[in-house]
Formats: sequence, structure tokens, C-alpha cells
Amino acid sequence: METSNHAIERASSVNSLSRRSVSSIQSKMSGGNSLKEVSVAELGSKRVRHGSSRGGDSEFFSMSLKEINDEDARLVYINDPERTNEKFEFAGNEVRTGKYSLITFLPRNLFEQFHRVAYIYFLVIAILNQLPQLAVFGRGASILPLAFVLFVTAIKDAYEDYRRHRADKIENNRHALVWNNGQFQSKRWKDILVGEVIKIKVNETLPCDMVLLSTSDPTGVAYVQTINLDGESNLKTRYAKQETLSRSPEREKIAGLIKCEKPNRNIYGFQANMELDGKKLSLGPSNIVLRGCELKNTAWAVGVAVHTGRETKAMLNSSGAPSKRSSLETRMNLEIVILSFFLITLCIVVSVGAAVWLKHFEDRLDSIVFYHKKDYSKGTVDIDNYNYYGWGMEIFFTFLMAVIVFQIMIPISLYISMELVRIGQAYFMVRDTNMYDEASDSRFQCRALNINEDLGQIKYVFSDKTGTLTENKMEFQSASIGGVDFSHTKASMQGDQVAYMVKVDGKVMKPKVTVKANPELLRLARIEKDSPGESYIHNFFLALASCNTLVPFVIDTSDPAVKIIDYQGESPDEQALAYAAAAYGYMLIERSSGHIVIDVQGEKQRFNVLGLHEFDSDRKRMSVILGCPDKSVKVYVKGADTTMFSVIDRSFQEQVVHATENHLHSYSSLGLRTLVVGMRELSSLEFEQWHSTFEAASTALLGRAALLRKVASNVEKKIKVLGASGIEDKLQQGVPEAIESLRAAGMKVWVLTGDKQETAISIGYSSKLLTGNMTQIIINNNSKESCRKNLEENLLMSKKLMPDSAIGSDAARSSDAGKVQLALIIDGTSLVYVLDSDLEEQLFQLASKCSVVLCCRVAPLQKAGIVALVKKRTADMTLAIGDGANDVSMIQMADVGVGISGQEGRQAVMASDFSMGQFRFLIPLLLVHGHWNYQRMAYMIIYNFYRNSVFVFLMFWFTLFTGFTLTTAITEWSSVLYSVIYTSFPTIVVGILDKNLSRRTLLEYPQLYGSGQRDESYNSKLFWLAMADTLWQSIVVYFIPLFAYWNSTVDISSLGDLWTIAIVIVVNLHLAMDVIRWSWITHAAIWGSIFATCLCVIIIDAIPMLFGFGAIFEIGKTSLFWALLLIIVVAALAPRLAIKVLYQYYRPNDIQIAREAEKYGNLRQVEQLEVEMNSMMTANQRR
Amino acid sequence: MAERGGTSSAGGPAAAPGIDAREPTKKPKYSRFSQQELPAFKPILTPGWVITAFVTIGVVFVPIGVGSLFASQQVVEILDRYDLDCVPSSFSENPVNYIQDSNTNKTCTRSLVVPKQMKAPVYVYYQLTNFYQNHRRYVKSRADAQLRSKSSEGETTTCAPEAVTGDNQPIVPCGLIAWSLFNDTYKFSVDNKAIDVNKKDISWKSDREHKFGSDVYPKNFQSGSLIGGGKLNESVPLSEQEDLIVWMRTAALPTFRKLYGRIEVDLEANQRITVLIENNYNTYNFEGKKSLVLSTATWIGGKNDFLGAAYLTIGGLSLFLAICFILVYLVKPRPLGDPSYLSWNKSPADQTDG
Repeated sequence: METSNHAIERASSVNSLSRRSVSSIQSKMSGGNSLKEVSVAELGSKRVRHGSSRGGDSEFFSMSLKEINDEDARLVYINDPERTNEKFEFAGNEVRTGKYSLITFLPRNLFEQFHRVAYIYFLVIAILNQLPQLAVFGRGASILPLAFVLFVTAIKDAYEDYRRHRADKIENNRHALVWNNGQFQSKRWKDILVGEVIKIKVNETLPCDMVLLSTSDPTGVAYVQTINLDGESNLKTRYAKQETLSRSPEREKIAGLIKCEKPNRNIYGFQANMELDGKKLSLGPSNIVLRGCELKNTAWAVGVAVHTGRETKAMLNSSGAPSKRSSLETRMNLEIVILSFFLITLCIVVSVGAAVWLKHFEDRLDSIVFYHKKDYSKGTVDIDNYNYYGWGMEIFFTFLMAVIVFQIMIPISLYISMELVRIGQAYFMVRDTNMYDEASDSRFQCRALNINEDLGQIKYVFSDKTGTLTENKMEFQSASIGGVDFSHTKASMQGDQVAYMVKVDGKVMKPKVTVKANPELLRLARIEKDSPGESYIHNFFLALASCNTLVPFVIDTSDPAVKIIDYQGESPDEQALAYAAAAYGYMLIERSSGHIVIDVQGEKQRFNVLGLHEFDSDRKRMSVILGCPDKSVKVYVKGADTTMFSVIDRSFQEQVVHATENHLHSYSSLGLRTLVVGMRELSSLEFEQWHSTFEAASTALLGRAALLRKVASNVEKKIKVLGASGIEDKLQQGVPEAIESLRAAGMKVWVLTGDKQETAISIGYSSKLLTGNMTQIIINNNSKESCRKNLEENLLMSKKLMPDSAIGSDAARSSDAGKVQLALIIDGTSLVYVLDSDLEEQLFQLASKCSVVLCCRVAPLQKAGIVALVKKRTADMTLAIGDGANDVSMIQMADVGVGISGQEGRQAVMASDFSMGQFRFLIPLLLVHGHWNYQRMAYMIIYNFYRNSVFVFLMFWFTLFTGFTLTTAITEWSSVLYSVIYTSFPTIVVGILDKNLSRRTLLEYPQLYGSGQRDESYNSKLFWLAMADTLWQSIVVYFIPLFAYWNSTVDISSLGDLWTIAIVIVVNLHLAMDVIRWSWITHAAIWGSIFATCLCVIIIDAIPMLFGFGAIFEIGKTSLFWALLLIIVVAALAPRLAIKVLYQYYRPNDIQIAREAEKYGNLRQVEQLEVEMNSMMTANQRR
Repeated sequence: MAERGGTSSAGGPAAAPGIDAREPTKKPKYSRFSQQELPAFKPILTPGWVITAFVTIGVVFVPIGVGSLFASQQVVEILDRYDLDCVPSSFSENPVNYIQDSNTNKTCTRSLVVPKQMKAPVYVYYQLTNFYQNHRRYVKSRADAQLRSKSSEGETTTCAPEAVTGDNQPIVPCGLIAWSLFNDTYKFSVDNKAIDVNKKDISWKSDREHKFGSDVYPKNFQSGSLIGGGKLNESVPLSEQEDLIVWMRTAALPTFRKLYGRIEVDLEANQRITVLIENNYNTYNFEGKKSLVLSTATWIGGKNDFLGAAYLTIGGLSLFLAICFILVYLVKPRPLGDPSYLSWNKSPADQTDG
């Protein structure tokens, strides 16, 4: 891990080539095993493929580290599936994503469902109830709730599985061409075997993982789109080995043996070798195409299947996101423990009562008519006890029975309700049109379903910069060439865009992206074309056009005479540079293995690509060695300033270097991503030297990557500076406003970026992260000691500035004018010394005083380290948002991970809990949905505790009047249906639909978000208040009828019915009192539940077979019943109402004030800003 | 690049590769429901609203309370506990033996004075205390199917320990409840003139018609070695055994009354009623009391001051609360929706807590 990750550094703006290289390794391989197989070399190289370095390319890095052991190997005989499958049982190509079959559904589904502790609890209770001694409820009634829950879940699972089966069936029955009996025959996917040779045509999807043998391209290139695999839409190049190129099965029979590694999840790694005609060839990840990819821009490709079906990398990777638990749920467990104590206490009270009662009547038990201890029916001799097992056992049984009767004290149904509520909340989040991104046609996605409510309690936001705050659409802005600054600012004011085009074979070709060009530079570029040798401008643009790994594609347009050149590549920076070069007349129009064709000011020139040194994060630069048309050999280098200036030959161009440095500084202060371009001409001797070492290094078996790096360093020296480029990465729409809102909402925003400090600070200003009145603390040190000193000093200073250390707890207040705000800026080097050392604590102390933290030059793993640093030290919720693979570790580390589905592929999305298209959606997500979700869920949990306990207490009181024998006056059906039908629906509806404040208010006053951060909706105080209310209400509901009916003829069923109806009305009205928005659905749910309860009671009492037959009709005839119902409801709820009113009136919280303001429109700002809007809204609300 | 970005978001969450391919555009459809913008009523507990509510409660409850108390006062009730007095003094140390001995004379005479005029119908109840008709063992020991139809005569499994006789014949009606049938009897007379007690229609009509079968006749009842209570006339179907039907409506609470019959003549004030009690039922072993109750009834049932008192209390408290709220509102009003009350607008000095 450690080694791999330092290589990952996202580093400078230069080579975002490598930006994603670490990529998925962390994200996909959450399993972990495969991580170890990924070597440093692969990290650096895996996707940096290009059509240049001939021959050696495909095995460039792949096999350098280890040979495959025979035991671990998988032997595939090419074009000989029988032999291949003879010894090994390879999986067929049939995929089964469905979990169950018709036969296995029941047992497997049940098995999986019972993995939940909640269901086990249900089951244990149900089993206890089946013991004859303990049978409190009838069999049916006791199993019903569990059965209901299991049934609903099973239906849901079955439906999902059905969809998967259907998809599998379609998938399995697709056709592919397989070599058989001397020709390619169509075969269904599921019948494809390992070892078979398969032909894929353009735009077809690959049926399995195959090693490429040959393609329509003479050099063996094939392009694939991996969108189904990792979501990235750009094309990737894959290669067939030179040796197999000619061996299309149509021409000659191929026979060979591929020895490859066992199937694993690493989609960027593959190790194998191929024995062909006695020769051993090594195969790497660039020789394999994976199931699920699509073949593009290649007429056909032939390959041999090596992994099929469930062993393909795609299938091995199709597992979901890791599950997290919400903090609310974790907190809730404490209250569940308290409730368990209540439960046990109640059971003990009942047991003790029973013990005393039994002891008192012990000698008379047989003659007490309602006890009748002995069973005389078998005659008078040997009289057995009937259901009496001795005093001790009876008490024990009483205890167990009490557990059964009072079981719902532990609100198991709450877990199910919570799941349903989360699904409902997720529905609304996904459907929210305010979180739909037009540009990428992407909706908000809920990938994790169990942390919705965490969104309402976020305290720390960790954000990536590139692609998250910015669009990651690079735009070439400035160039400094030969010490002269050509900034585009002037040109852009004129607004003329130069769409450079060139005529090739009578066709007009133009780059797909037009760049605003500096006319002066344009003029100079045209002039200097004639004196190319020493021209800075010529070489500069040649470097931009050549020193990259882009593949130009020519796309037809509707106009047959016009073609568009599209640069396909993995780095947006490179694309921007290449488009810029094209705009100035240096258009890369063709790349094939070994050479590139660049149209230089209308003249096609062919360059031989003699060698290419990939970007790696140590060197932070890349170089290409070109054989120019004039037979000279040149090295073009581009890279980050930090590393470039160390290889620059300053001796003869001091001024240029100096000027370039100045320009670089000013570019980065403008927030541009900068990189330095240089070149050197190689003498033939130098070239020979380089060539031999390069050849040796690229064919080396061990340590190839290190060798290549060494070769590169040797040639990348004494570089002549050509200039520097500045690329603008525009801020996404709405980012400054979003960041302002986040900060106003009391969240601490940390931006973690790989950019240079100057770039980061300038972006910080433009995104309103940093403001003029902030005091900046900059930590920029090169040793641990200086770091320590710096931190300590700043800590002292910050304490002086903010003596009130509680300031951090309420950022809303700290945003007051006049208060000093601190911004901490720390760079990656310092972080190296801080993280994992005793300085962490100090950094945290300091950072917690700052409202903004900006970390520059941060490596991906450091990002996770920073998140971990905060997470370890505080209970506050953290959220990480990012778009790239380098953010994956931090997204997974944070409590809530948000992925932006942007330009950089979907690895961040795959690892995230929520994904969306734009950073600004964070505002509706957190301030609106997060707020609502938290309020709703928090209320629902407390309400569910109350709802269940009040019912348990009601039964408990009755138990005290039945000789402690756990008879229930409420029919067993009602007690089962209580939490299923009578009261569950309204809580779910309220949990999904109730809104305490409107979207507009929440967005307008981000401070309202603070209520979630302060746990205002769920805390012990509220819990104990609810419990006190529970006690009161249960006493009222129980004892008022008790006293009213004492000494009367009332029977158990009638009284039970009264209690049932009373408690349901009380519980539902209790909810109704707290409902804030009454839509028709809320009305339907609450009144419907009460109605349904009455209906159920009536139905139950209309069945002559049941004990309570007729009771409700008899008691309903008496006016006493109705009088009692009225007084119960009023007496039970009045205290709550009074306290609520007093509280709301004299200790109003922010939400209460805002609600009132919303209704009565008293907020002055509202009136000023949106008078019309307001009146419209209130009109709506009042309707 | 932009248009390519469009395709890059294909594939739903955690979509297995190659499986998910729906929806050309993903823009969520707008509906008031999906945007959570359904029209809704948003009540706020304003002082006016709350005061009105409490005043209303008070205004409604106090009259009901007064009415109930008045009704309760109207009820004339005579309660006579006789379980101790009806045991001869020779057995007073050991009433259980007296009651279990079939040879002792169980007849007992009581005389009651009518305090006020009792208008017909005068209900005759017996009242037992400490009798747990809701005891779990007891309440379950019955077979509703058997009571209902002759064909289910053998379904006695739930009736243990009073399910079958020694020779495995089903007991009809089976179970502890029926077995423990109350069997004290009362005969009333005024001035040696007997007063009829109407024992018809003392049970629920629904029970007679649907729960207790007209073709089910008592069988093997009270034939065991231990006698629990009354016997039944084997020639009368269960649907007409109203004492049994009443008895089998098990009481909710350990102190209860059950309807014995109705006296359908008015009883005048100061009349002396002589009651001839057949004291058969054994309440002595569980320390229960037996009483005879004569009572008239009103709309709230029998004599019970509790309901009226409760209504008056709640109504009074509501009015009190309403007055408090009014005072509080007048003394220290808070304008609704005043932004200066928002936590971030308050100065830290007067900040109480978060």
C-alpha cells in the first residue's frame, strides 16, 4: 500500500495523465487481496498506453515483477477448448447474477434475511411462544409479524432477483462469433468456453475476457470503451502481440498455450505469458480485453477467451458499495439498551408479583376455582398437576412470558420502518429536479441506503478541487514562450475564436474544440514556421502537439467535406494543450505505432516516435523522443515546474528562465494550472546511448519500471526551456455560492488539492473559500521540527485571536462580522511530517480553530489521512466529496462519501455513498434533503420508541390486575396488528413526507442546518421526555377506564377494545400534533389508521369463533364508552400540548422561528427580496 | 468532450456490467409529489389557537362532568356483602369447610332497606372481589367452538384441566370458566310477597344467537370429583342458559359485578326487602368477597362518581391553563417569526444554549 501510494500523487497540473492511474485500485479492490498484486510499475503505467514505442510496448511493464507459478497458473490452450477444459473446471460463460433459483429461493432468502439481529429476536420470541408452557399468543398471531416482514422482504428480493434473472437471460443469449470447424460461427454467449477463439466486430460488446490475437489494424491496435466496466467513456488502446498478428485462424491454425494468473478483481492488472511455436511471450494488461467493454473504431478483433462467466473481471467486480451505519442509528443503540432495561425491569416486576401471589395462595391453588392446579380428568389416583411446574419454574415461565408479551418494547419494527423511510427519502432525493445535471444527464444517485440522515449532521466537508470545485474542462489560457508572455486575456476580450482548419486530400479538417487564440501569437507562429530550427514558438507548439499520449480520431460530419479531429486521451490537460497547438497550426492528425503525423501550418510532417517516457510521480514530467523530418532527434519534455527547473540548463538562457519563472508565478496566482515545456536536441551519440539503454530497460525482466525511470532521467537533462503554459480549469457553476452556504451552515470546509499553493489560494479566493478578512496561516515546512515550531506558534496566535474556544462549536456565530476568521493553508510536504506523528493533535487543534483549511500538493492517501485525522478526534460527521480515483480513499474514509460523476470517470462514484453531477448540488443535498432526512428520521425514531413503549406499559398495568399472569385484555390480534397496521403507516408517511421548513427557507438560511449539527432532533433529553410522556399517557389510558369500570359488569373484551381504540387514537393524535405539513397523504395516513383500527376491531369482534365476539358492539352502545374515549384522549395529550406550546413560545429554536416566519412572512429580508415570490408561496401554503 | 460526458453517466448504481441499459434521458419528471411540493396545511400553535383549544376543552368538559356527577347521584344502589354473615358462627373459623360440605345448610336470609325510590328496572347483580376471571389459566380454559355447535362437541383440547371426564367423555361446556359457574341464588320478597326477578335477556343478544348454540346441551357437566360451581339443566340448550352466558363473559378486573336479573317493579323508599340467599359459591379460599347489589342505571351506567370528577378536573385544569396562557401572553408576548430570536441573530451575551 505504502509504496503504491506515494506513486499516486496527483501532483502538479502537468500530467493528469497519471491522475487516475491509481485509480480504481483502491476503489475497486475494496476486497483488498488484489491490492498486493499491483506493483508500483503497473501503477505508473497501466493506462498510459500509446501507439508509440514499437514492439516493446505491450510488455512494457507488465511482467517485470514476477513469473507466474505453475500452481497458480491457469493454462489456456488456444483454439483448443476441449484440452483447456479437460483438466481444469473453468467456469462457463453463463453468468448468474440472480441469487436464487425457484428451488433455492425459500431457504436461501430466509437464511439471508435471518442474518439480521432484529429478525433473530423476532424468531426467538416466536419460538418461545410456541412452547406450550409459554404460549401467550396463539400460534398464528405470534408468527404473523415475523412472517409479514419476511414475506414483504422476500417479495422485494424475489422481484429484484427476477429482474436480474431476466437481464442474465438476455445477456446469456447474446451471440458472438466463435471459431469452430474452420469458420467463425455464431454461438450464444453462455456456451463460450475458455480457450475458444472469438471474433468481435466493431461496436460489439465483449462476451468474456480475452487475450487479443489480431485486429483489423495492421499494427494490432484495438480500441475499447470501458464504460460498462469503470464508467469511463474515453477509448483505451489494447494491443495484439506482434507475433500473433498474422495468425488469424482463417489463414493458419493457431496453437499455443497461455499461462495466466487466476481470475481476480483487478481490472487494470493482468499477468500471463504465451507459448507460441516454442517462443515465450509475455502478456500484460494491455493485451487483454475485458467482458463488458465495447470494441470501438476497430473493424474486428480476434482473441482467445481466458476468463469466462463469473470469472471475468467484470463479474468479479460487480459487488455493491460497502455499507455504513448512520450515526443516528449508532446513537439509537444506546436508547435501545435503555429500553431493554425497561423491558427486563417490567418482566422482573411481573415475575416478583407472580412469585408473591403464588406464594400467598400456594396451599390453596388447587381449590381456587380460577386456578385449579390439578388435573382430575384422568381419575382420582395419580392426580397430575396441570400446567404447574412448581413455584420456581412458574416464576421463570412468567418471566419468559412477560418477555413475549412485552417484546415490542424493543422496537424491531422500527428497523423495517427506517428502511422504508430511507427508500422513500432516497426516492425524493433522486427525483429532485434541482439535483439533476443537464450537462452530463445525470441524476442524483443514492448508492448507500442507510446513511440518509447523516446528511443532516455534517460538520466537516472535505472537498477535492479539480473536477469537484472546477469543471475539469481544461482551457488553454496563457503561454509564455521564450520568456514572452502571450496571455489570452486580451484576445478573449475581442472574442474572436480561431477555428483552425486544414485541408487534407481535399477535405477540411478541424479540431473538435476551438480555442481562443492570441492573434499576436498566431501571427508569430505563422511567420516563424519558416525558420523552425531555433524558434521557440515552433518547438513549443511541436512539443504540445507531440509530447502526449493522445490518439486523434477523425470523425465525419454531416458535411462530407468537413472532418473533425477528436483527441482521445485520458488527460484533459493534454487535450487542452493539443487543441491549443492545433489552433496555432500544429495539428496532430494521425498517430500510429511508431510515428505521428503533425500538420504544421498546413504542411503534413511525419515524426518518428523513437521513445516515450511515461509520466511518473517521481519525475513529474514526461518526455518523448522524436525523429524529426530533418533527421534530427529531439527530446521534448513537459512537466511540473518543481521538477522541470532542476533539469534545466540555465547556463545560456538565464533571462528566459527567469522570465518564465515569473510568468509561471503570475499564472498560478491567477489560478491556472501550469506546466513547463522544454526540449533538447540529441546528438547521434547521445541517441545511440539512450537507444541501447532504453531497449535494454524495456526488455528487462526484473525491475523494468525503475530501469526505465533511470533511462528517462538520463535523457531528461540539460533541457532548454521553451516556455510554460497556463491552463484554466473553470470553477463549476455555483461553487462560490455553495461554499458560502456551507460555511454559513456551520460546516468547516477543507479543500484538498494536488495543485500548487498559489493556484490553490487563488482558486480559494475565486471560490469564496478564502475571503479578504481572513487571517491566513500558512504552514509550509521541510522538516518535522520546523513543522512543530510553526504549528505551535500558530496555535498560540490563534488562541490569542480567538480566546473563546467554543467558537468552533457554532460557526454561525463565528461568521459574524468583526470576528477574526482563520484560514489554514498547509502543503503536502508538511503533511508528510504531520500525519501519523504526534503533530497530528496540534494540527487538529489548529485546524479546528480555522473555518477553512486548504491543503495543497496532497497525495490521495494523504487525503484519506487528513479525513482520518479529523474523524479520529471528533464525533462530528465528516463528508468527503470528490470526482477522481484519487479521492476514493477519502470518500471511503469519511462518514459520508459523495462522488461527482464528472470528467474523470466513475471510480469516485463507485466508491461513494451518494453521487451527483455538480458540486453545487451539495447545497440542496445537505441543507434541504439532509436537514429533512435528519429531522424526519430523528423524529420517527423517538416516536417509535414512544409508540411501542406506551403500548407495552398499557399491557403492563393490566398485568398487575390479573394476578401477574400476563393475560392481555387487548386481543392478541390487535396487539400484533398494533405495530403493523394500527400505527406504523403514519410514522412512515411522516418520516418520508413531513417537512419542517420549506426548501426556500432552508436554502436562504443555511444556519438552520445547525440544528442537525447540534443533535437538536435526537438527544437523550428528548428521549427521556418522550419516556415521561409515555408513562403519563399509558397511565391515563389505562387507569381512567379502570376507575370508571371498577365494580362494574364490564368484560375483558370490551375493556380491551376500549383500550385498543383509545391507545391508537392517542398515539396517532400524538403524531398528528407533531406533523408540520398536512398534505392529503398525511391526512389519509393518520385518519386512515384510526379508521382502520376501528374497522379491525369491529371485524375481530364480528367473528363468533373469537373470544371477544360482539364486545365492541355492546360497549359501543354505552355512552360511558364514548365519554371515556374523549376524556382519555384529551387527558393523555393535554400535558404534551401545553408543554409543547410553552416551549415553542418561550424557548423557540431556530426552526420554530423560521416556520413562523415562513407562515407569517415576518422575515424582513424575505419581504424585501422576494415579495412576489412570497405572496405566491403563502398563497400556496394556505390553500 | 461535452457530448461524450453525456454517455459517461450511463449505468445505474452498482450496475453489473452490461446489464443495465434503460432510460435515454434521466431527467426526473416534475411532479408536485416528487418535488415534495404537495399543497399542505401548515398549522402553527399560535397563542390564540392554543387558548381557544383549552377554553373549548374546559367549556365542553365541565358540563359533561357536572352531568355525569348528577347522573351518578341519581343512581340508587344497595350493596350488601353477605359472604361472612352467611356463614354460621360455628364455621366462621373455617368457612371453606362449611361451603364445601354438601350437608350444611347454605340458606341465609338478609334484609335490605331501600334508601330512595328505585324505579324499575332495578338491576340485581352479584359482586365478587379478588376473583381473577382474567387469570391467564382461567381465561383460556374454554372452547368457543364447542359452545357454538353440537358437531364440535369433542373439541375440548383448550379446556384442560376440565376438558374430559375420567372416561374420556367430553364435558359440555368444558373448561374452567364454565366449571366455576357462580351458583348462589337470590329470592326477594317484600312483606312476604315475593318479587319476581326476570332472568331473561340478562346476557348479550349476540351471545345467545351466535356464540352459544341452541343445539348444544350440557353433558358430563360438573361430574368430576372436584366441583367448581353451579350445575346446569341438561335439557336446556346453552343458548338459553343465560347465567352461564353472563358468567362466561369473563370480567376484565378482579372486582366485578355480573347481572343476575332484573326486578321490574319500582321499589319504594324505606321498603324492607328480604333476600333469601342460597350461599353455595366458594369465595373463601381466595379471600374474595361476595355482595348482592341492587341498582338502578342511568346513561353512565351504575353509580360511579369517578367519571364526573375526572371530567371536572380535566375541564377545570384546561380552563386554568387557558387563563395562564392568556396571562403569560399578555405579560410577555413574543412576536411570531421575529428574526431577532434566531440563534445567529442573538448576541452571544443573551445566548442561553444552543
